[in-house]
Amino acid sequence: MTRLSPDPACREIVEVVTDYLEDRMPAEDRAIFEQHLGICRGCRNYLEQMRQTIRASGAPHDESLAPEKNDELVRLFRGWKSRK
Amino acid sequence: MLAVARPEEAPLVSALRAGDEAAFLSLVQRHHSSMVRVARVFVNSPAIAEEVAQEAWLGALEGIGKFEGRSSIRSWLLAIVSNRARTRAEREARSSPFSALEPDDDEPSVDPDRFLPADHPRWPGHWASPPEQWPEERVLAQETMELARAAIDALPQAQRKVIALRDVEGWSSEEVCEALGVSEVNQRVLLHRARSKVRAALEAHVGRQR
Repeated sequence: MTRLSPDPACREIVEVVTDYLEDRMPAEDRAIFEQHLGICRGCRNYLEQMRQTIRASGAPHDESLAPEKNDELVRLFRGWKSRK
Repeated sequence: MLAVARPEEAPLVSALRAGDEAAFLSLVQRHHSSMVRVARVFVNSPAIAEEVAQEAWLGALEGIGKFEGRSSIRSWLLAIVSNRARTRAEREARSSPFSALEPDDDEPSVDPDRFLPADHPRWPGHWASPPEQWPEERVLAQETMELARAAIDALPQAQRKVIALRDVEGWSSEEVCEALGVSEVNQRVLLHRARSKVRAALEAHVGRQR
């Protein structure tokens, strides 16, 4: 795991953003990380962009199934049931 | 009464065992698309992914009598589909062995030119061109999501698999480690590289058109 120096540069911060978001950071690094965020707007924006990237990557929630797919699965189900 | 991890799912499991078609179709509506996407993480073609998902449904029906309800139906279905998809990919030798899931590159998360040089008198390694705020409505716009999808598809295989399961499908890190056979640390390193690249791809787009 990458450890933070006591007064990290932004360049170090961007390497540990995922450890932070995954809550896999030693307590003292977490304190240093949050202290840096408090004084650095660029890194605050960066962290938020990573969160937004995660949201933009998410799969659509209500993909309805094409009728022909539905029919294929119904046939599969009926085949299983008749063999049961 | 069946003892299941999710008591509210017990009636559904009983209905399926009894051969209730409506119960099956309600599961299909809820999970089929996600099962196809998960299969697609492992196999190379959409047609094979669809086939694997159908095989998984059949496997699930055949195994429903033995379903002990230790997990939710969702996790159970996703475990079946990812196992089958992985077996299929290995058989077709289109998937690299596990060692290829080790992080192999050590590239920086952000273009080094975005930072001030290491010998800068006052702010070495700090932002030279700091990231800006992204308007949320642009992040969730259709075109941004399509761009994210394209950036994910372009990633090296191991990174693509991890981000597809974690961020696209919303799996937990434990589920991903289990499905891919990687350690928690490697999973996190791969996820970090993947997210960093997708972020950079989005930045070019979300930043430019404001």
